[in-house]
Amino acid sequence: MLSVVVFLPLLAAVVLFAVPRVPDRFVRWWWVSVSAVEFALVIALWAGYPGGDGYAYEVNLRWIPSVSSGYHLGVDGLSLPLVALTAGLFLACAVYSLRQDKRVRSFAALFLFLETVSLGLFVALDLILFFVFFDLSIVGMYFVIAGWGHRDAARAAVKFFLYTFVGSLALLVGFIALYLAASPHTFDIVELTRQMPLAGGGWAAGLVLLALGLGFAIKTPTVPFHTWLPPAHTEAPAAGSAILAGVLLKMGTYGFVRIMMPILPDAWRRYAVVVVVVGVVSVLYGALVALAQRDFKRMIAYTSVNHMGYIILAVGAAGLVADTAAEARQLAVTGAVTQMVSHGLVTAALFLLAGVLYDRGGTYDMSRYGGLAASAPRFAGLTAVAAFASLGLPGFSGFIAEFQIFTGSLGATPVATVLAFLGILVTAALFLRAFQRIFLGPSRSPEPAADLTVAEGVSIAPLLVLAVVIGVFPRFLLDLIEPASRAVLDLMAR
Amino acid sequence: MTLWLLIALPFLAGTALLVSGHRADRLAPWAGIATAAVTAVLAIVAAVSAPEVSMPFLAGLRIGLGVDGLSAVMVVTVAVVLVAVLVFAAGEFGAAESRARFHGLMLVFAGAMLVTVTARDLIVLLMAWEVVGACSYALIGFWWREERRAGSGVVAFLTTRAGDLGLYLAAGAALAGGVGGLTLAGLPAAAGGWRDAVAAGLVLAALGKSAQLPFSFWLSRAMDGPSPVSALLHSATMVAAGAYLLLRVEPLLAVTGWAATATAWIGVLTALVLGAIAVAQRDLKQVLAASTCSQIGFMVLAAGTGGVAAGTGQLVAHAATKSLLFLGAGAWLVALDTKDLARLKGAARRFPVLGSVFTVGALTLAGIPPLSIWVTKDAVLASALAGSPALYVVGLAAALLSGAYVGRVLAVLWLPAEPDAVRPLNAWLLGPLPVLALAATVLGIVGLPGPARWFATLLGAAEVPETSWLELVVSGALAIAGALAAASWTRAEKLAAPGLFAGWLGLERLTRLVVVTPTVRLADGLARFDDRVVDGGVRAAAATAGALARLTDLRVEWSIEGAVRAVARAARSLGRQAPRPQTGQLHHYYAQAAVGLGVLVLLLIVL
Repeated sequence: MLSVVVFLPLLAAVVLFAVPRVPDRFVRWWWVSVSAVEFALVIALWAGYPGGDGYAYEVNLRWIPSVSSGYHLGVDGLSLPLVALTAGLFLACAVYSLRQDKRVRSFAALFLFLETVSLGLFVALDLILFFVFFDLSIVGMYFVIAGWGHRDAARAAVKFFLYTFVGSLALLVGFIALYLAASPHTFDIVELTRQMPLAGGGWAAGLVLLALGLGFAIKTPTVPFHTWLPPAHTEAPAAGSAILAGVLLKMGTYGFVRIMMPILPDAWRRYAVVVVVVGVVSVLYGALVALAQRDFKRMIAYTSVNHMGYIILAVGAAGLVADTAAEARQLAVTGAVTQMVSHGLVTAALFLLAGVLYDRGGTYDMSRYGGLAASAPRFAGLTAVAAFASLGLPGFSGFIAEFQIFTGSLGATPVATVLAFLGILVTAALFLRAFQRIFLGPSRSPEPAADLTVAEGVSIAPLLVLAVVIGVFPRFLLDLIEPASRAVLDLMAR
Repeated sequence: MTLWLLIALPFLAGTALLVSGHRADRLAPWAGIATAAVTAVLAIVAAVSAPEVSMPFLAGLRIGLGVDGLSAVMVVTVAVVLVAVLVFAAGEFGAAESRARFHGLMLVFAGAMLVTVTARDLIVLLMAWEVVGACSYALIGFWWREERRAGSGVVAFLTTRAGDLGLYLAAGAALAGGVGGLTLAGLPAAAGGWRDAVAAGLVLAALGKSAQLPFSFWLSRAMDGPSPVSALLHSATMVAAGAYLLLRVEPLLAVTGWAATATAWIGVLTALVLGAIAVAQRDLKQVLAASTCSQIGFMVLAAGTGGVAAGTGQLVAHAATKSLLFLGAGAWLVALDTKDLARLKGAARRFPVLGSVFTVGALTLAGIPPLSIWVTKDAVLASALAGSPALYVVGLAAALLSGAYVGRVLAVLWLPAEPDAVRPLNAWLLGPLPVLALAATVLGIVGLPGPARWFATLLGAAEVPETSWLELVVSGALAIAGALAAASWTRAEKLAAPGLFAGWLGLERLTRLVVVTPTVRLADGLARFDDRVVDGGVRAAAATAGALARLTDLRVEWSIEGAVRAVARAARSLGRQAPRPQTGQLHHYYAQAAVGLGVLVLLLIVL
């Protein structure tokens, strides 16, 4: 079942190329249909999820037996929300791209390929499989940026590729080290978690933690490895940015929670302070640099650094075991996973809205706009909702995530958490300022901007509706995440 | 069930209106007033039946709502003022305005406010608190086409959000301090140092939301919103939420000694300083705004000195009075198109009904006997006296200033009128005002000994310190003296506006200078640092790799190439040498064969 879910989009992409001559309309609707079917399958997976400990829908086949690497797939409470997020975001991008007219077949095929790769990564339970999907995601996104991006896209794409590829090489070094340290040698994540190679291993464990941490930190991205993100976002097409921010960045944070915390628990606990510091620095640095931006998309890119910083802070605080109640630690980790989902939904919506803005005005420069709410009230309303969701207003998923992170982390690391509070204040300032500059006040552009089209509205609104639903009735999501976060904490406490 | 309905109804109705947009503009006033009326009925039912509900939310943390004595009073206050304000708004907003957006936002605000005053734990309180702030932003910037008004909304939101960080601190500290379920009632039981953090956070949040010093400047900017917004949010409900929170957690403040003292002093100093600011204002709405901060200062003082019943009484009386006054100012704004006191000369004579009702409200605000605020303010002062005589004296000074600013305003309004163009006032605008005036007048009954004891029992508050007749007479006399003095000085046009107080002590400029500008400069500096140094490091790494590649290509590759070429050259020259023995001369071949055989024999012998 999981294999079908993972490889269906790839199959659809192959079909697109197998058929010799297809009209663009067919391609677009084929893409939307496949994404919709995929989303429905994932919902069915969620509905049928048995709960409890361990992985559901497990698949374990021989793949590369000489290095004990198997085709091992499985979902649990940590990966299922991310899988659902991925399927939902790709569907939204498919609907949004109904207006795409540049080389539509390649565009659709590339996104379907990216969907397979992203889903595969989140359900992979083998390090080699994880690595393969990790690298393929970089390849796919490179082509999206280079082929359909804006003016400076080639440079940005190369920078994105090389920087994150170096990160994945660091990951490979770490994975191989884990393989060699395990006895019997294996790349299987479940088996490695059980074995805990390098337990109490001093400098070797620290180095492996560093390698893995570097790789995931570049992907997340955290400060100071974040400078590939702003140019990549600014030059990427709207749908590409949405997937980059909504799905690809989660691969980094997912790696922290799935691989680093369970497999290297005491190294993690020993260096948790470093993680907390990196998190807080990312929060404040990301928010402040975002405040200074004049380019709307670049500003949102830096707020991604800020939001990911909260996740890093939370998982770091969960590792500071001293004097912290289990309840607080669980809140922190649950908040971190909730933030992954929430950030995916809200920031993807923001990037799609930025795409609408670019389409109307030809630029992301905020000072060239003004008073857009007069001619585009629905656009203004949706952007206002997205902005408030992103700054963490209660009633939206971002608040659920950030409140849990703050409340869970304060006991363990009060100073860092209090500093992180300033992040939500600065984020509020920057979003309100941007909203006021673009939508309120007198009109500054010569022609009135057209309001949202149906495709744009239908692709963006459900993401925000989902953010509201999670914000007001979070239990359906938290019932899935909480047992998994408890399990991760138990694994980390060994 | 009643409680869920009470909260869900305004939320759902408001959201429906917001989503419908301009299509619902004609329906909006009716829908708004109807919803508000039903909400008021539900509020009264809830106040009487005292329901409690809870819902699972986060791990181990349920959210709970409940109507106890204090919440009952607040819920009825919010709902009644909402009805009055929406009726007024139906009269103020014409067909050209976005009435659906307005009524939608007001209803969503009301829902959030009702949640705030019925919250039993910190999570749901924080959630509703922030939503209230967001609605305030949207309502202050309602006429968003004007840059300044939109900016005022941002100032208000960011200032209150800065205070709200205190609630996040309180929530985290409460969890760390072992407060089960983060309930408000359980806060005094938090462990040592965490309890201080909780108290600090709650006090910060309350001061920010209630526009106490040093946050008062945001309320001045909030006057850029429509008058109904000022009447509902910025007099009766939202700004009172801070005072409500302090009254609710008064046991925590009392247990954490320093918090109660700090709260009481900040409250009374706000009352004094903002009273002085009110005297110096030239704009009617600004006078009312400063007066609001000042009156809420009294409520904060009550919370700090343990006078929960007194503070609540003041809150209710002030809600009725101030909303009446703001609606009155709004009515004059519609009729005469001005809020400037200089241009409002004689406005009360030209509109006698409005003028009389407004005067009743103003006299109540001043604390003139026998109206409600005279009684409630005195109860507050009594509890302050029980706390410390210094607080009492400063409080009396603030009461004197209350009389002064009211006297000044009334003097201007009742001056001989100058004939000018006026717009008639319709029934919608005038309708709610007498009702509010009646409430403002009559609520003073709460101060009489019998009802006071009942009120205190309702609120679960400690025994109210008996207000002596001497104190009542003193405060009443001070208020009257202040009013008369200010009125006569105004008529004689001797009251100049001292610059510092007229500009709200320059608090906004100071905040901009000390907080905003450095942050923006830091942000710009970090952005440049990011581009030049952090990204520069990446570019340098890439450039180094490129340079290394070129070096390898030039030197290393070249030398290896050179080695390979040398081998090839040697082979070629050997090849050139090879045909040299082929001379064609037989004796040479014999000699070569002999040498070759000799070498072979030698080899055979050696090996």
